[in-house]
Amino acid sequence: MNSDQITVDTSSVDRFVQQKYKHGFVTDIESETVPPGLNEETVRWISARKGEPEWLTEWRLQAYRNWLTMQAPDWAHLKIEPIDFQAISYFSAPKSDKDRPQSLDEVDPKLLETYDKLGVPLHERARLAGVAVDAVFDSVSVGTTFREELKKAGVIFCSFSEAVRDYPELVRQHLGTVVPPRDNFFAALNSAVFSDGSFVYIPRGVRCPMELSTYFRINAAETGQFERTLIIAEDKSYVSYLEGCTAPMRDENQLHAAVVELVALEDAEIKYSTVQNWYPGDEEGKGGIYNFVTKRGMCRGDRSKISWTQVETGSAITWKYPSCVLRGERSVGEFYSVALTNNFQQADTGTKMIHIGRDTRSKIISKGISAGRGQNAYRGLVRVAKTAKNARNFTQCDSMLIGKRCGAHTFPYIEVGNPTAKVEHEATTSRIGEDQLFYCLQRGISEEDAVSMIVDGFCKQVFRELPMEFAVEAKALLEVSLEGAVG
Amino acid sequence: MDKAMLKVRNLHASVEGKQILNGLDLEVNAGEVHAIMGPNGSGKSTLASVIAGREGYEVTDGQVLYRGRDLLELEPEERACEGIFLAFQYPVEIPGVNNTYFLRAALNAQRKYRGEPELDSMQFLKLIRGKLEILHISDDLMHRAVNEGFSGGEKKRNEIFQMAVLEPALAILDETDSGLDIDALKLVAEGVNRQRSPDRAMIVVTHYQRLLEYIVPDRVHVLSGGRIAASGDADLALKLEEEGYSWLAEGGIQALEGAETGSGGAGAAAGA
Repeated sequence: MNSDQITVDTSSVDRFVQQKYKHGFVTDIESETVPPGLNEETVRWISARKGEPEWLTEWRLQAYRNWLTMQAPDWAHLKIEPIDFQAISYFSAPKSDKDRPQSLDEVDPKLLETYDKLGVPLHERARLAGVAVDAVFDSVSVGTTFREELKKAGVIFCSFSEAVRDYPELVRQHLGTVVPPRDNFFAALNSAVFSDGSFVYIPRGVRCPMELSTYFRINAAETGQFERTLIIAEDKSYVSYLEGCTAPMRDENQLHAAVVELVALEDAEIKYSTVQNWYPGDEEGKGGIYNFVTKRGMCRGDRSKISWTQVETGSAITWKYPSCVLRGERSVGEFYSVALTNNFQQADTGTKMIHIGRDTRSKIISKGISAGRGQNAYRGLVRVAKTAKNARNFTQCDSMLIGKRCGAHTFPYIEVGNPTAKVEHEATTSRIGEDQLFYCLQRGISEEDAVSMIVDGFCKQVFRELPMEFAVEAKALLEVSLEGAVG
Repeated sequence: MDKAMLKVRNLHASVEGKQILNGLDLEVNAGEVHAIMGPNGSGKSTLASVIAGREGYEVTDGQVLYRGRDLLELEPEERACEGIFLAFQYPVEIPGVNNTYFLRAALNAQRKYRGEPELDSMQFLKLIRGKLEILHISDDLMHRAVNEGFSGGEKKRNEIFQMAVLEPALAILDETDSGLDIDALKLVAEGVNRQRSPDRAMIVVTHYQRLLEYIVPDRVHVLSGGRIAASGDADLALKLEEEGYSWLAEGGIQALEGAETGSGGAGAAAGA
């Protein structure tokens, strides 16, 4: 492990108390940025600059035209200042884009240094943990490791732009089939202006030999980032994908609207884990990332499975509902979530489980933690279509309040169209127990350690779904995010 | 040095504005076991909570000295690290937190406070192995979350087990006998008796004399209306058992032959 990495040492809480947002720095690489504003010309410029085929340019333009007719959603339990979409710049890339490095050795040392500061030593981590990293710096991928080993297995793991260039038919076949360009306001915006992202293709019968991991990072000021990720798992294949994010400190709110599409075919399984640590804003609620994400998985094949696990500790505003459409018979959807809001953070997050095929099953485990003046809402839809005979859902939704000025809200929506369906919903809300706290204190454990222990225990059901290394990171993140929340 | 481990003088304490302790005096020496008895609402658990430093218990007057230091100045976790242990009447469940992990974190926090090196998990397992057997604590219990899904007996045994591991100087057992059948009671008592030592003091808070058949106290105090109404040796508990607590309300302390009366008249405080 690199010394820059956050370690899980409960005695280090004191150090964290003094610590501002750890990843708040800006790398001064000259960006080539399109002027602020959005119109058809901007869309064409982005597409042209990326050398995209005609069909994709048209696809973007159609999405843009749809977007013009749409309104930003206002149903979430969020207080959002109106966003001026014409004040945002929709593309920025490191200047050396044309001759992009072919290996890590050719990557700008300054970029690598940035990753080191983030605790993501690309080479070291890749070597030690056997993780392939497709690092996104601003909007363009700068390095991909382990591509050779993946290639041997027949796995494609590359940036979205490369996929458009090298595997256009695969992209064209699946792009927008899970999240249509007119799906919602932010998905339409993303479809029009998406810059880059990741593309994964697992061929039939292949178990991906390693966890695939992408680190996202927002860098240039005033630049929204619009990632697009597409993962396709062919019959009888398996992949585990990890996504982690940090962002440098900003005073202006930064807009982020990503789209993630997952396609699981017959007997395929996709596990998608996120640890999200974007800048949440300061103690007064100033700054921070606006995170409007559309993530959806389609269990297209029979007996396929899609699992979402997320640990959300960052962002000023989180609007995010990783969902599963269970079309294949006996397909399975899972959603495990820890969402933490502290200070003035707001989160409206949850999932949608759409049961279409018969004997489909879904499980939702949601853990919301609110501290400071944080507002945390769980919003979940379980819909059982007429066709979904014997569908099963289990939902457990727990909220924990730390302090007296925060809030937790639960909005479950259940729509059952088939009488053979069984849908269970359990919900609890607890204030972090004074009894629990005193029990720990009476055994000699400090208040900070006690809180982090109790919170960690509360989240255990979700953490154990994360790959080991991510679980360690997630635990550390919660500790940092809760600093000063008690006392 | 003063041999008194704990000196409580004229202690007045309230909870949510309600006065519970009204001038309580108590002195406990190292090596002694004191039983505190009394009817419900007499302030037994409040005394335990005040000594342990529970939030919400306000000391309005009086003094508590622990090994010559002003105990009330210390935070609850400092009191624990200084050697004060409270076996809870209702041990608290902490979902998702492994019982072994919790106890090791507690022990290491106390060791760190004392400037001793922390124990790794191998050293810790070695330390607890023998103590587990005495209290019939199964591996299964150690692997579960703290008190979660434990039976009443398991919870109480777990408390005494924690005490055996943390080796406090002053242990307060708050109604440790409540909810235990006779076999569990014997097991717990056996665990407690093994921990009696010349360096350790214990305060056993109980409503019933039954526990004191197995943990024989050096002194017995009867609490009524927030102060000690009577003190005596182990026989006092037997008398109480025969006559019940009702005599307290009638000011009948003197009826207890051989018992010393407390500093104040019980009748005056009985209305509290």
